[in-house]
Amino acid sequence: MSKIEVTPGMFSKVEAKPSFKTAITLLSSALVVFVFFGLLGKAGDVKFVWSDKRELIQLPQWVISSTTLCLTVGGLLLAIAAVSLWLAIREKKTPVWLVAVFGLLAMFALLGWLATGATQGVQMVFILSNTLVLAIPLILGGMAGIMSERVGVVNIAIEGQLLTGAFVSSVVGTMTGNLYLGLVSAMIASGLLSMALASLAIKYLVDQIIIGVLLNVLVIGVTNFLHSAWLDNDSAHLNFPGTFDKISIPFLSDIPVIGQVLFDNRITVYLMFIIVPVLWFVLFRTRLGLRARAVGEHPLAADTVGINVAMTRFWWVTIGGMIAGLGGAALTIGNVGSFGREMSGGQGFIALAVVILGRWQPIYVTLSALLFGFTIILRIWANQVSPGIPVDLITMVPYLVTLVAVAGFAGKVKAPAASGQPYIKG
Amino acid sequence: MKLELRNITKRFGALVANDQISLTLAPGEIHSLLGENGAGKSTLMNVLYGLLQPDEGEILIDDKPVSFSGPGDAMAAGIGMVHQHFMLIPVFTVAENVVLGHEPTGVLGTLDLPAARKLVKEISDRFGFDIDPDAKIQDLPVGAQQRVEIIKSLARNAKILVLDEPTAVLTPQETDELMQIMRDLAKSGTSIIFITHKLREVQQVSDRITVIRLGKVVASPSPKASASELASLMVGREVDLNVKRKAPKLGAETLVIENLTVLDDRSHQMVDGVSFSVHDGEVLAIAGVQGNGQTELAEAILGLRKIHSGTIHVAGRDLTKSTVREVLEAGLGYIPEDRKKDGLVGDFTIAENLMLDGSYSAPFAKGVQIDFEARDRIANELIQEFDIRTPSAETLAKQLSGGNQQKVVVARELSRELKVLVASQPTRGVDVGSIEFIHEQIIAARDSGKSVLIISTELDEVLALADRIAVMYRGRIVGIVDAKTTREKLGKMMAGIAA
Repeated sequence: MSKIEVTPGMFSKVEAKPSFKTAITLLSSALVVFVFFGLLGKAGDVKFVWSDKRELIQLPQWVISSTTLCLTVGGLLLAIAAVSLWLAIREKKTPVWLVAVFGLLAMFALLGWLATGATQGVQMVFILSNTLVLAIPLILGGMAGIMSERVGVVNIAIEGQLLTGAFVSSVVGTMTGNLYLGLVSAMIASGLLSMALASLAIKYLVDQIIIGVLLNVLVIGVTNFLHSAWLDNDSAHLNFPGTFDKISIPFLSDIPVIGQVLFDNRITVYLMFIIVPVLWFVLFRTRLGLRARAVGEHPLAADTVGINVAMTRFWWVTIGGMIAGLGGAALTIGNVGSFGREMSGGQGFIALAVVILGRWQPIYVTLSALLFGFTIILRIWANQVSPGIPVDLITMVPYLVTLVAVAGFAGKVKAPAASGQPYIKG
Repeated sequence: MKLELRNITKRFGALVANDQISLTLAPGEIHSLLGENGAGKSTLMNVLYGLLQPDEGEILIDDKPVSFSGPGDAMAAGIGMVHQHFMLIPVFTVAENVVLGHEPTGVLGTLDLPAARKLVKEISDRFGFDIDPDAKIQDLPVGAQQRVEIIKSLARNAKILVLDEPTAVLTPQETDELMQIMRDLAKSGTSIIFITHKLREVQQVSDRITVIRLGKVVASPSPKASASELASLMVGREVDLNVKRKAPKLGAETLVIENLTVLDDRSHQMVDGVSFSVHDGEVLAIAGVQGNGQTELAEAILGLRKIHSGTIHVAGRDLTKSTVREVLEAGLGYIPEDRKKDGLVGDFTIAENLMLDGSYSAPFAKGVQIDFEARDRIANELIQEFDIRTPSAETLAKQLSGGNQQKVVVARELSRELKVLVASQPTRGVDVGSIEFIHEQIIAARDSGKSVLIISTELDEVLALADRIAVMYRGRIVGIVDAKTTREKLGKMMAGIAA
């Protein structure tokens, strides 16, 4: 293999064959909506409820025939798919915004179809606010992933970090009766776990994947053991912290729909609102971020200009772990109210996928995590409004959504060049 | 600023890489450090740059002793280094690379990119570098990347610039430009240490020359010394820089390549419609600056890389879609450009390395079993024949010097029944003695009627061996010319200007 990076334009490129991947995905999804939801769909009306009963300003409900909705939306989707096909034939790419519009429309049709005939209708506020709450562990886990991969350490221990945070916050929160103390302890505990990962990877050069797997298994084992041997005996005094109170932000929370979704939340959500933009700012606008990215791209080059590679990696991984700990706390004291065995349920691994889908960029990663959060709530909600639907079919939806997302957004995905590579000072 | 290295000694275990080396550098002087690969030049510079700590000796700046615990200290003292492999981050812009480590900042540690851009612009304009501060490194040609490295040092107020083998990746024209830049820098008061093993370049720019051999300073010849004088100082004996050879006796066209196109993983045409043929008894050399598709061409011929279109024939047989083993068995010998990565298994013995390509068949195998007796006998014969300097056939390949490692590869490839020999960078990182030997072996292969394809980025090597020269640029063959073509013309071709 050549060692020299190929500079664009240096070698001519083979004419790209038109890629029909996106067009075909869009077309088949559009056909599903049009034929399956529309033509063969359920007869009856669907009710879109835009406002929660508690809200000051009540938006009118919107009632429409399911068939009309799905046929209309399906028609629009077919039109978009046709545009995409036409672009593909002309060897052009389908723009990302068009795929996003497609996705939103398709979700609209899906929600309508699922809620046909259900008395409660499509409760938009319920769906959106739960999307956000359920996405918090994914988002914060994703931030942890960004922080460590950007400095060149592959962190597959996010699962363990989330679980540690969930466990510690619940236990400390219950025992002290102070949830904020639980939150801080969760961050410290996950931070310590990350320090173990960081020092094994950086100082002792142990394979990063292996440490990650090991830490995950260790945390699952320890928390399971403590849960059954200790917490179960007296869960009222050990594992019953409750959740943070919701904080309504004056005025903003009165805005229809988004007010309730965004500005009537627990502190874990507000912390996420702060962490994501701050991380983006630090990464791309400050000296700290430039140096961190340099370490993740070319550690030797960073070393030769006097940047301490080992310390940079150590602290970024550790602080990332603290953020993941916060995400774990969001599972317990930020949502459910107690710790359950293996309650992170693979979300740490989904966070890894989210990091890749979001291209190691905090904002994109957050959007990808929200997409996953939506699929989680969709599963729960669909079961309520439309009990006849086979559960297996609904559990497929998240993966179909991911497929569409990947087809639309993937392309030139490039990880930090030194991610996963130990830096040995020679 | 005056720099002095006094009696620097650096050991790695039993190996003395630098033995009592002393060196002085006056302000505005270009001091060439000449030596073969492995002579200890890079070790010395890593000591100077704080990457290694000397076991003995001291570094003095303006007659005051200093000690550097890391590159940061050396930079603070005004020493800048342009490494052989650039220390640039491909996805960052020029400005970001230049200021990395000493970034101008505003409130809250925010990057002050306008200030960084201004700094780059200023230095770039002062020396006529023509570098856009907002260009990404990965989009720049190699020559420009090297200028960015120089800007990087100058932006840190370097008074002393160390250039480590800077011309290895440049075309002859770019090399001339670099020489001019070096002279301009020296005129403006910057002192330069120029590390190289290329005699021509030393003669062109040096104010002073120090020759290092086996870790010791052996001479400080005058800058007017002749090339053969410098060569014998560097090697330690008389060197004949010209390979003796007879006129070629051309036979049939054995290696025929037609319209060959090879892609990289992002569909760049690394080899772009290349056609040529090599006759028996002839050496065709592919010249060109590193990274213009030569590696991919060699790998495609061997069957290591998928061929997008075009054909490869050896002695009339179509090998376009063949596996590596089929290609080897069709009579193709292959010397890869990176012996440590692709040519040898470092943790295997010499005897094992010598049977790597034939381990499954006679004479090395009896049925499913290795014939250890035959293996050792053949190994000892080849060690004799190819003058491999080793304690025994049981020595691990990684313990040999670069030259002897390369001889192991050459011995293995030439000991098979060959029709075609493809040698990629056959003497890279090899001492002059081994270069002479390997060149003789290659010429002997040609004289015995084999078709020989040499791929080399060293113009000296191309001119020493070739009967015909094909110049490759951006994946294409610019032209195929005869061996008497002048350096100037070849240089132009290497920059893509057709003959």
